[in-house]
Amino acid sequence: MRARRGEVAIERALLLLALSAVLMLGLIAVFIFLQGLPIMVKHGPGSFLFGTRWAPTKGGFGLLPMIASSVIVTLGAMVIAVPLGLSCAIFLSEIAPRRVANFVRPAIQLLAGIPSVVFGFIGILIVVPLIRNYLGGPGLSVLAATIILGIMVLPTLISIAEDAIEAVPRPYKEGAMALGCTHSQAIFGVMLPAARGGILAAVILAMGRAVGETMAVIMVIGNAAIVPQSPLDPARTLTSNIALEMGYAAGEHQQALFATGVVLFVFIMLLNSIATLRVVRGDRR
Amino acid sequence: MSRGAAMGRRAQILALCGVLLCLCSSVGGCGRKGHGRALVLAGSTSVQPLAELIAEHYEVEHHGRPVNVQGGGSTAGVKAATDGAADIGMSSRKPKDEEKGLDAIAVAVDAVALIVNPANPITDLGREQVAGIYLGEITRWSDLGVEGLIGGRTDAITVVTREEGSGTRSAFEEGVMGKADISSRALVQDSTGTVRAIVASDPNAVGYISLGMVTNEVKAIAYNGVLPSEATVRTGAYALSRPFLFLTRGAPSPAAQDFIDYALGSEGQGLVAQAGCIPVGGEGE
Repeated sequence: MRARRGEVAIERALLLLALSAVLMLGLIAVFIFLQGLPIMVKHGPGSFLFGTRWAPTKGGFGLLPMIASSVIVTLGAMVIAVPLGLSCAIFLSEIAPRRVANFVRPAIQLLAGIPSVVFGFIGILIVVPLIRNYLGGPGLSVLAATIILGIMVLPTLISIAEDAIEAVPRPYKEGAMALGCTHSQAIFGVMLPAARGGILAAVILAMGRAVGETMAVIMVIGNAAIVPQSPLDPARTLTSNIALEMGYAAGEHQQALFATGVVLFVFIMLLNSIATLRVVRGDRR
Repeated sequence: MSRGAAMGRRAQILALCGVLLCLCSSVGGCGRKGHGRALVLAGSTSVQPLAELIAEHYEVEHHGRPVNVQGGGSTAGVKAATDGAADIGMSSRKPKDEEKGLDAIAVAVDAVALIVNPANPITDLGREQVAGIYLGEITRWSDLGVEGLIGGRTDAITVVTREEGSGTRSAFEEGVMGKADISSRALVQDSTGTVRAIVASDPNAVGYISLGMVTNEVKAIAYNGVLPSEATVRTGAYALSRPFLFLTRGAPSPAAQDFIDYALGSEGQGLVAQAGCIPVGGEGE
């Protein structure tokens, strides 16, 4: 009896601790919405979401430049990261000899461990001057942020995509090759379509990482609150908008930054929900 | 059995409450250590380094009570002084009308210097020209009489500004821009250091920083024909200056008064000069 009571206590304690993470998420969500929504309601959500003038100390609260920049930079990062990351995942799971894979995999993990401020620093010292000298413009630009983010999200993309490909049952590939497919035909014709759900989840989670990245972006994007017209234009993402002005903000300005947080929160929730749904559906099949 | 579980749950809740209580009391206890309450200064990050320097010497050489210097920006400094969250609020701009209820004591004067890359031949800009650049109306160095390329591929001016809410920015806006908005195409940086770094690395860049922060990586230029220096700021010939203020609500407490006296005394003003700012006394008293 005593032993069982102990077991129950342990289970309950674990449940409580497990729920604490959910509780934190709930608290954060409630806090952000409480701080950010009133000002959105007061000035009208339309003027926040579609306004283009950001001058929070003078009553301009348009977030469209930031929303557009976040979307553009994130999609741009995917253009760089998806071909690289997917190729790497295919190579690691299907082609690489064990010795090579055992070298490449930890290297990718190491890439994930590099702090974002270091990526930003490399961006400022190498990428920005290259863009300025060879392509023109101030160098601090959408393109610089896209390149840095494209590299930063690789570890996320590679490890999840690799898991997805490895999760495809071996007989699929063996069957395909027994029917006369070449190795590459089996990979691209059978394995990848079978792992589609997981690969999509990998891409979407990588997008979430790109949307949320702050430090490296703030350092290389130039932070001009405009809708960028060219890859060489500076821009400002949602995250950099908050981090840039948080230090000095007070009153409505601070609330406007929380409103930025609300938009960001919704973005991330959408991306993660899509990724989760995809994985669940992929599992069922 | 359900009774056992219920008892177990009650015991867990009690234990959890106990742990939380312990945590609360230990956190609360931290602030009250040491003899005598620390003097709290909060506000402008432009004033912060100077206040920290003075506080350090005040504690060690003057055997004053401990001083706790916090940042947060000028707006936060005004707020902290108004609602009593800090003994002394720090601000780096002239008080706005709604802030007139506070007593403001200038401890130093700082000039905002316009800086360009050392490769840039320009030596002097008038108010109209600077305003034109920051409005986005003057976009090329050739419009300002600079012949040929300074460096890079174009002669397009890279305009660098500080973020909304910054004391340096509001001093610049007040002196140069009047009511007009700084162009949203300007690069926005959230610290003096990054503005200086961009101007140092981009031959086409122009920015503004505290005179005390100008190094030989960048070139300070004359504004309306007057080069910024201690002498020109003191006489008022150099127009872009701003006071570093200590704010109190009503008469300062004896402890705060002692610190303010130290800052205004010969030792404190010596430190002001050492920090690269311009001492206040000398004209009147």
